[in-house]
Amino acid sequence: MTVYEQTDTLPSAGARAQSFGGRGTARDYISLLKPRVMSLVVFTALVGILIAPGNQHPFLSLLALLCIAIGGGASGALNMWWDADIDAVMSRTQKRPIPAGKITEGEALAFGMILSIGSVVVLGLVSNWMAAGLLAFTIFFYVAIYTMWLKRSTPQNIVIGGAAGALPPVVGWASVTGSVDVEPLVLFFITFAWTPPHFWALALVKNADYTAAKVPMLPVVAGERATRNQILLYSLILAPIGAAPYLIGFASIAYGALATLLGAIFIYKAVQVRRFESGDAARAACMSLFKFSLLYLSLLFATLLVENIIGGFL
Amino acid sequence: MSTNTTSDAPLSLDAEQQKARRSRSKALAVVLGLMVVMFYAVTIIKLGPGIMDRPL
Repeated sequence: MTVYEQTDTLPSAGARAQSFGGRGTARDYISLLKPRVMSLVVFTALVGILIAPGNQHPFLSLLALLCIAIGGGASGALNMWWDADIDAVMSRTQKRPIPAGKITEGEALAFGMILSIGSVVVLGLVSNWMAAGLLAFTIFFYVAIYTMWLKRSTPQNIVIGGAAGALPPVVGWASVTGSVDVEPLVLFFITFAWTPPHFWALALVKNADYTAAKVPMLPVVAGERATRNQILLYSLILAPIGAAPYLIGFASIAYGALATLLGAIFIYKAVQVRRFESGDAARAACMSLFKFSLLYLSLLFATLLVENIIGGFL
Repeated sequence: MSTNTTSDAPLSLDAEQQKARRSRSKALAVVLGLMVVMFYAVTIIKLGPGIMDRPL
């Protein structure tokens, strides 16, 4: 038998309401899903779906894409739950819902878990369990391997963690075919090789932030010069991988020419980052590479998308 | 017999919390409605005419 007693030492209703949370609006919860990152996930997954051989009903493909997007968003929410302490220190992330006091850590955890499980189960029911398993692995890899383990323990965090961001086109392909093949793996490796120079260019500019947050990003641990060398190295690796869809034969010569040109510009900008080591010129070179890297990936995937759509009409 | 202590005063949400809850409730209503439509459509697409063809 349980007896509840009222005592005057307990928190008031107002104080309990404070700790109860519940201040997050729908908009705050949407921002937990990292919509900008989600847009990249949607875009790359869409390419994976469209280049895959098979005849999945368009509505089911749309739902598969939605599941991949929500799974990616859910891992973003779980990332914000775990990294709330880091986000509160860094200027770039201080306005996120948890450090801003709009959503409690518990609310973010529950939201992320519900969406993670929901997106995987629905993808399994709508498409197939191979794709659902890959989506579950992607979420697990991003949250457990990258966020909880690698991010705070090694300067190679984003190199290995980048695998999670590179998987959406593979999940998209699997949602149509139920298997994994060379084509989606090439798309995986493009994004995988693209991630380090993309993030390190930003990390060089935001070095003070990462140092304050004690996140062992490469510039913090190995120094700026080593980071600039690594950026150039990965750019040299990325350029030929970017052209691989043409070399392997699932993209046209137009794609091959564009990928070669964009790869050359990418390397040029990485050389500029290597060349200017201090002052405004260094910062400008880093931001120029960071912005161009977004354009690079978008253009490559957009070209594959357009070629596939045009190819469908021919 | 165990004895727990707790306040009997009802949890009163302030104006900001009530406004946020209304916003979340509306969003949830939309999401739940869309999920009903989604599962209906998926059922029709996956089963097609066979939806009526089942042992009773």
